[in-house]
Parts: sequence; structure tokens; C-alpha cells
Amino acid sequence: MSGKKRVTKLLIYAILIFLLAICIFPFYVMITNSTHSTSELYTGLKLLPGKEFLNNFRNLTERVNMGRGFLNSFIIAISSTLLSAYFGTMTAYGLYEYRFRFRKVIYSLLMVSMMVPGQLGIIGLFRLCRNMGFLDTYWPIILPSIANAGTIFFVYQFLETTMDENLLDAARIDGSGEFAIFHKIILPLAKPGVSTMVIFNFVSSWNNFFNPMILLFSEEKFTVPLLMNNLNSGMLQDLGAKYTAIAISVLPIIVVYCFISRYITEGMMAGAVKG
Amino acid sequence: MKEKRAKWGIIFCMPFLLTFLIFQLYPIAYSFYLSLTFQENSKTFIFVGMENYKDLLSDKIFWKSVANTWKIWLMCFIPQLVSALLLAVLLTQYRIKRAGFFRAVFYLPNLVTAASIGILFSALFDWQTGSINSLLVSMGILKEKVNWMGSPAFAQGITAFIQWWMWFGYSSILLTAGITAIPTEVVEASIMDGAGSFQRLIRITLPLLKPTMLYVLVTSLIGGMQIFDIPMTLTKGDGEPQKSLMTMVLYLYNMAFKNNDSPYGATISYGLFVIILLFSLLFFKVLYGKKED
Repeated sequence: MSGKKRVTKLLIYAILIFLLAICIFPFYVMITNSTHSTSELYTGLKLLPGKEFLNNFRNLTERVNMGRGFLNSFIIAISSTLLSAYFGTMTAYGLYEYRFRFRKVIYSLLMVSMMVPGQLGIIGLFRLCRNMGFLDTYWPIILPSIANAGTIFFVYQFLETTMDENLLDAARIDGSGEFAIFHKIILPLAKPGVSTMVIFNFVSSWNNFFNPMILLFSEEKFTVPLLMNNLNSGMLQDLGAKYTAIAISVLPIIVVYCFISRYITEGMMAGAVKG
Repeated sequence: MKEKRAKWGIIFCMPFLLTFLIFQLYPIAYSFYLSLTFQENSKTFIFVGMENYKDLLSDKIFWKSVANTWKIWLMCFIPQLVSALLLAVLLTQYRIKRAGFFRAVFYLPNLVTAASIGILFSALFDWQTGSINSLLVSMGILKEKVNWMGSPAFAQGITAFIQWWMWFGYSSILLTAGITAIPTEVVEASIMDGAGSFQRLIRITLPLLKPTMLYVLVTSLIGGMQIFDIPMTLTKGDGEPQKSLMTMVLYLYNMAFKNNDSPYGATISYGLFVIILLFSLLFFKVLYGKKED
């Protein structure tokens, strides 16, 4: 019996390690290739790291301003994330705490917003931005984060489990206004729930490709995914530099993930059980 | 007192409401209006009723893009569900050391920029300079380099593989959460009744996982029908070979933003919406319909 059990376990570990290898292999090749020169890459596969990373990096940055791309991506991701966290909590609190006339209407609008595919309004959005002079600016990329339905739902559910009405009543007796209550009590209270959403919103904003590609035109405003796309469809014959570009666009995410992976996967499990 | 405060609800929801109306609802309505017009020049649109929809229904490339999108989604989703389910069951039923570590690594591809991944795979599978050909030739598996991306079947297969690679870890985390949420009394009762582990899987775990599986199915369908980043970067936007990677959203993009035909692009987006809506409802019915009888 225990022999059979041991075989099963061995088989399970074999499956897990096989999948692990599949997950890591592309990243591994990406990193080693970024450390070889183009001529080395032409002569065959290099499974061990080389010494050409800095050369590749120099060749890449001579042609593409990757630093600028990172800065742009950062500006967009940070502002979108902050807007969705602040206004998402505000909307969730408004819906949770007050019984007002259009509450049900707003709740169903939220549902619609969750269900409708993102590409449905893309042509309309493009033409709207054109008419408003919003093309080639960050506004139409950042501002929609105010109405991030997923965040609102998540925070709403979080408030349901953590809210303590007595706290609010005490603050009201002390003469606090409703906005002061929101800032002093609700925001700190919702923080653990909001911070889970902050990570997911940051990642999805960082990786966002379709909308920025349609709405931005000047290369100095491009985010990292757009620069990568440019590199791909344009000039880059320099294979070493290409792999270097891919690697430096991906590595920051992997490095940050190494530190907070546990937090992310546990946050996801918690969210999944509730939703 | 409570009545008096009610107006604060609408005040707190106002930023959401305005943003939703301007950046979501209005563009959707505007797209619908555009889909009913013909574009004469950059400023004038003439109302033509359902003409664009008639064109769409007889547009061979559109139907090809629908077929491509479905093929890629099915080739990705079925292995994804099977592997995610297998992982979720294995990682919860057996005491696996470092289960959290495995889960974390399996989820990693999902966080990485899809555009970069598309470019990475197109470089790896390049005919002359790709690492995959170099590896296979140097190992003696291939005699000469293969033009992988010249074959429609391979191109669709590799796209499905990349999508599977990016999403199986995510799905398995959701399914794991679903399995852990099954009340322990139910599981213990079935063990008392003498159910083996396979029977337990079929009779208890899978039926109780239905809501989670429906969620995984519908979100995967919605995402899969809108697949864009990978085919775009893998083919530099042209959807080749033989238009096998021309997906619905890539076609929409090419029509609206390369051919500058906004009305037809908007028509495609509504076609996409109808397909997603119909099949989401259908899946919901199939999985939940029987219960209500």
C-alpha cells in the first residue's frame, strides 16, 4: 500500500516538475539569449549565459529610449491604480452605506460594466477622444480607472465583512462630516481589501496594450508594451538587442513577483471564494 | 436622520457615474450609431441602416476570423481546464511539499506583459534565427530548419499553447479555491459511506465545483474571443500565415485603424459582442438549466 502511495507521489512530483520546466524555460532562454551577441545567436543555441549583455543593452538604448518607456508606463500605471483605489472605495462605500433613489440603477450599471467586453466601445471611444482633443494624451487611458467595476465589487464585499456601524455613529456624534468619515474611517478600514486590488490593477495597467496602441501616437509617450511592438514590427535586425529588450521589459515584473507572490496567490484565492 | 443622509450616496457615486457614462456607455452607444452609417469622408457619416450588418454576415474574412478565434480558444481552453483541474485536485488531495511554490511559479506567466511574450515566441520560433530550430537541429531531432510560422496549423497551435501557458496557473488557483471551499462535512460523510478517491472526485468535488467552473469557462470565453496581443505581436499585425491568426479583434483593429473604416470596425465589435453574449448565456443554461426543471 505504502509502496503504491510512494509511486503516486513520485508521479505527481514528476508532473509538477515538468510543468515547472515549461513555465520557466521561455524565461530562461530569453535571459541567456540576451547575454549573447547577434552573431553568436546566429550560429546556434546557447544554453549558458554569455558576456554580451552590456553591449546589447548599449545597442538597444542607442535606438530606443527604454528608460522613457518605463517612466511612461509607471506614470500611467500609478495614476490609474490610485484613481481606481480611491474612487472604487468611494463608490463602494456610497452604495453600501446609503439607501438613495438610484442605488439599484447604479448597481445594475456596475453589472453591465463587468459583463460588456472592453472592445465593444473602442471605436466610439477613439472618435470621442478625437473630438475632445484627447488623442495622444494619457487622459483616456488613466481617467476610465475611476469607474473600475471589479474594484468596486471587491471593496463592496470587503466592506460587508468588516464594516462596523458604531464607528460611523460615534464619528457623526462627534460632528464629523460624511467626507471626513470616508477619509478618516472608511479608507483605513478598507485598506487590506483595496491593497489586493491595487496589485492586480497595477499589473493589468502595466500590461495594457490595445487601448494605448490605439490612443497614443508619439513615440516619446509610448509605454513599454508599445515600444516592444514598435521594435518588433520595425527595424530591429539586432537579435541580441531584441532579446535584451524583451528581457528588461519582463524582468522587473518577475523580480517584484518573487517578493510578493505569496500575497498575490492568497489574495486571489480569497477573492475567488467570495466571488 | 438616515433619510437626510441619503443624498450622500449619490454624491459618493457621482465620479463613477460620470466616468462610466463618458468613457463606457457613450462610446458603446456611439459605436452602435457608427455601425449604422457609411463613412463618406473623415467627418461625414451617412445613415444606411443595417447595410453594414448585411455586409458582415456575407464577409468571408469575418467568418474566417470567427472560426480562427474559436479554434484557438478551444485548443487552449480544453487543455487548460483539464490541467488546471488536475493540478487543483493533486495539490489539495495530496500532501505536496512546497505546493505554494509550485502554484506561484505556474501563475507567473499570467502576470507578464503579453505583448513581450508574443515577441519572445516569434523570435524563438523564427525560421532562420530562432532558438528552437537551433536546438532541434543541434540535438539531431531535425535534419534542417523548419519554417514553423509558415504553417497555419502550427501558428494556431502555438498561439493556443501560449494562451494555455499564460492561463492554466490562474485557472488552477481559482479551482483550488473552489475545492477548499467545499465543506469538510460533505467530504467526510462520503468517506464514511465508503467512497473511494476517484468516486469522491466524480460524485462530490466536480458537481460542487460547477459554479467555479462556470466562472472559469465564461471569463475564459470572454477573454478568448477578444484575443489580440499574442496574434498581433506574433504576426506583426497581418494575421498570416494564410490569415490563420486573423482573430476577430485583430480584424476589427485592421478595419477600423488601418483601413480607417470606423463604421465597419464598429459593426465587427457588435458582431463580437453578440457572439460572446449568446455563448455565455448558452453555457450558463447548459450548466444550470437542468437544476430548475
